[in-house]
Amino acid sequence: MTAAFRPSRRDFLKTSALAGGGLTLGFVLPGSSRIAQAATEFKPNAYLRIAPSGRITVVCGLSEMGQGVLTAIPMLVAEELDADWRRVRVEQAPVDQAFNNPIFGMQATGGSTSVRGHWEPMRKAGAAAREMLVAAAARTWKVPAGECRAERGVVIHKSGKKLSYGKLASAAAKQKVPAKPSLKDPKDFTILGHGLRRLDTPAKVNGSAKFGMDVRLPGMLTAVMARPPVPGGKALSVDDAKAKAVKGVRQVIQLPQGVAVLADGYWQALQGRDALEIKWDDGPHAGLSSEGVTQMLTEATTQEGKVGRNEGDVGAASAAKTLDAVYEAPYLAHACMEPMNCTAWVKADGVEIWAGTQSQGPSQGILSQVASVEAAKVKVNTMYLGGGFGRRFAPDFTIDATLLSKISGKPVKLVYTREDDMRAYFYRPASVTRFRGGLDAAGKPVLFSARVASPSIMAGSGFMKIPPNGVDSFAVEGVEDLPYDIPNLRVEYSRQEPGVQVWFWRSVGHSQNIFFSESFVDELAHAAGKDPYEFRRDLLSKQPRYKGALELAAQKAGWGSPLPNGMHRGIAVAQSFGSYVAEVAEVSVGADGQVKVHRLVAAVDCGRTVNPTIIKRQIESAIVFGLSAVLYSRITFKDGRVEQGNFDSYPVLRMDEMPKVEVHIVPSTEAPGGIGEPGLPAAAPAVTNAIFAATGKRIRRLPIDPAELKKA
Amino acid sequence: MISLNVNGKAMKVDVAPDTPILWVLRDALGMTGTKFGCGMALCGACTVHLDGAATRSCVTPVSAAAGKKITTIEAMSASKVGKAVQAAWVKHDVPQCGYCQSGQIMSAAALLAEKAKPSDAEIDAAMSGNVCRCGTYNQIRAAIHDAAAHLKA
Repeated sequence: MTAAFRPSRRDFLKTSALAGGGLTLGFVLPGSSRIAQAATEFKPNAYLRIAPSGRITVVCGLSEMGQGVLTAIPMLVAEELDADWRRVRVEQAPVDQAFNNPIFGMQATGGSTSVRGHWEPMRKAGAAAREMLVAAAARTWKVPAGECRAERGVVIHKSGKKLSYGKLASAAAKQKVPAKPSLKDPKDFTILGHGLRRLDTPAKVNGSAKFGMDVRLPGMLTAVMARPPVPGGKALSVDDAKAKAVKGVRQVIQLPQGVAVLADGYWQALQGRDALEIKWDDGPHAGLSSEGVTQMLTEATTQEGKVGRNEGDVGAASAAKTLDAVYEAPYLAHACMEPMNCTAWVKADGVEIWAGTQSQGPSQGILSQVASVEAAKVKVNTMYLGGGFGRRFAPDFTIDATLLSKISGKPVKLVYTREDDMRAYFYRPASVTRFRGGLDAAGKPVLFSARVASPSIMAGSGFMKIPPNGVDSFAVEGVEDLPYDIPNLRVEYSRQEPGVQVWFWRSVGHSQNIFFSESFVDELAHAAGKDPYEFRRDLLSKQPRYKGALELAAQKAGWGSPLPNGMHRGIAVAQSFGSYVAEVAEVSVGADGQVKVHRLVAAVDCGRTVNPTIIKRQIESAIVFGLSAVLYSRITFKDGRVEQGNFDSYPVLRMDEMPKVEVHIVPSTEAPGGIGEPGLPAAAPAVTNAIFAATGKRIRRLPIDPAELKKA
Repeated sequence: MISLNVNGKAMKVDVAPDTPILWVLRDALGMTGTKFGCGMALCGACTVHLDGAATRSCVTPVSAAAGKKITTIEAMSASKVGKAVQAAWVKHDVPQCGYCQSGQIMSAAALLAEKAKPSDAEIDAAMSGNVCRCGTYNQIRAAIHDAAAHLKA
């Protein structure tokens, strides 16, 4: 049987009896376009199953890349279901429009949207099931439902009679789906707001968690590809005789984007790939250099750009003191621990892939074109992601694996070496911003202008367009939304394309723009002769959430209190993805210019919390990611070629450099904000502002160059 | 055929002797708990024990394992130290993406087998070859101290 209701125009819920008994609730979340169709069909891939054994399975359509979504989504369901958390399991969903991310309108994970998008729909899923279980118990006992309540997996009648969810599951499936399931008052939450253990931990400590890299299929070949060393290059000639002579190599396939060696295993494929003799045509970007990129972007900031924000009149504003500064950030690779990979099997009746991907929905559409099959015939098996950070939103690895399987007729696991991964582009854009700021005689800022020059993620994404005002919002986020009360404010954007594919990188535009703007605001504070914390605070009187985070971070860090010799503090605040984060860094700079970050204190206002432990860990995680970018990481080009390849030339933060991190949560009843990314942006300026406090030297270019900080 | 001892079991594999242990484990033996991260002993994701010593399996040819015992993450729960480390990892909910954690656990277990109560500096020295892009280092440190305390008790 099926029943359906619409609690709201775009919400939809259905129920059907499982073959083996039990209750299945399937929800088509807002953003789905298959509402009517789903209303009548039995869907085993629903969001929630309660088995007669009492086991509760939450099916999650979002990708787990470390951010804790496979715990957070079940928590949302379990809270309103009044489930016994110990009986809750989570299962990865297939690709299906039923699992569309309500914020994106497609099945994908990114932009710190998971909890924001599912906060209400998943709680409604749990609440509706709870009401049906209560109704089933009431019917069984022939008592009014109002005399029954649910508690930790059991329905209890006022007489003391009890029935477990498992026992009620089959009867509950026959109940009418409530039109408007009532949600709890947050003060009654027993699961949400509690730091429950992650559900994926046990599998991740004994080697059993399966990542894309771990997929093995019968008859599978492993592919390693040679790609053009310069973006846009192509192979002129390929001699594969030596590659084919490697034991275990089965096939060499030339694609427009590279030459693949398919072998019995990775090691043989790598030997084969390295034995290929290829003459490359480097194409139009053979002369690409980082110096050239810097010059291109910097020059662009001397010209007027497209206007993203314009308040007052920065040209006419009079200032007692003006400041000009140019900031720069490099291309960055994501360097996920798990190099990109995908296993694909193109069969007569469709395509199946196994991948750690952040974009199941878009992949389905893209791969249906690649393999010339209808979208419904593309099956996506989402594996654990060994880091995502935006990189696994990209389709390069799924496309190439699918092509190789299509051509070879075999299941193919395409594996990027670390160097392949680092040199495959999809970088955080390089960016230059030119600022002008003005202070009145009292040291109050009266003008602020910023010209941002960078490549456009939107234009290069393949699925977005730059808005009519010509401003890529990813390129200016973190500058354009400057929260400070400054009467004359103008932000411009100049799109510049050196020819490198750019992409979403953890916290996207905020990752460099908050470094730029929070450093320049620090410059203004010092020029005004004011304390950098007080200066910001005074300008945030109309921004209570920024101010609240800033005050809590300053308080917890002991802003203004004495520090041991050689230690200095810096502060920064940022909003991104709906969450407000302030950070205070404690830093020392050695005579050799080496920077040591000793402690980072963060305060986050992310609205209502789902799992405070995961929140704190995500803030810490993003800080570490940000610190690597401040201290070490950059992708540079010479003669069109990426100069970095592995963790020796692209260093990241390690254990011995890890600061103490404290994360404090601002109590809030606001709607939840994102949490995977918002900790990142403030880390860089907190550190570089502390370096200024320590040395009087302003870092305007990342990563930090210790030579510039060396004492003369 | 090369004879190996993996997690206490004698095995024979038909691979070239220069094949890194990592790919023998993953491709020839189907043991995927040991991870590929860099191929150059720079990230530690591939760490296994070779006669108890933490070893980067991505650069160690299988020929070097002849006559020695290879221990992987799959067998960690069989040793007292390994079990304590895994329990501490669970207690501190260390993993995020989890990809590096097999290697982290193998490095931590080798450290604790050698030093019952490692100092922070000793933890830094033993663990700084293991990269974690999720930044779980502070949780790893806490878990190692906790495992050490548990083993001593």
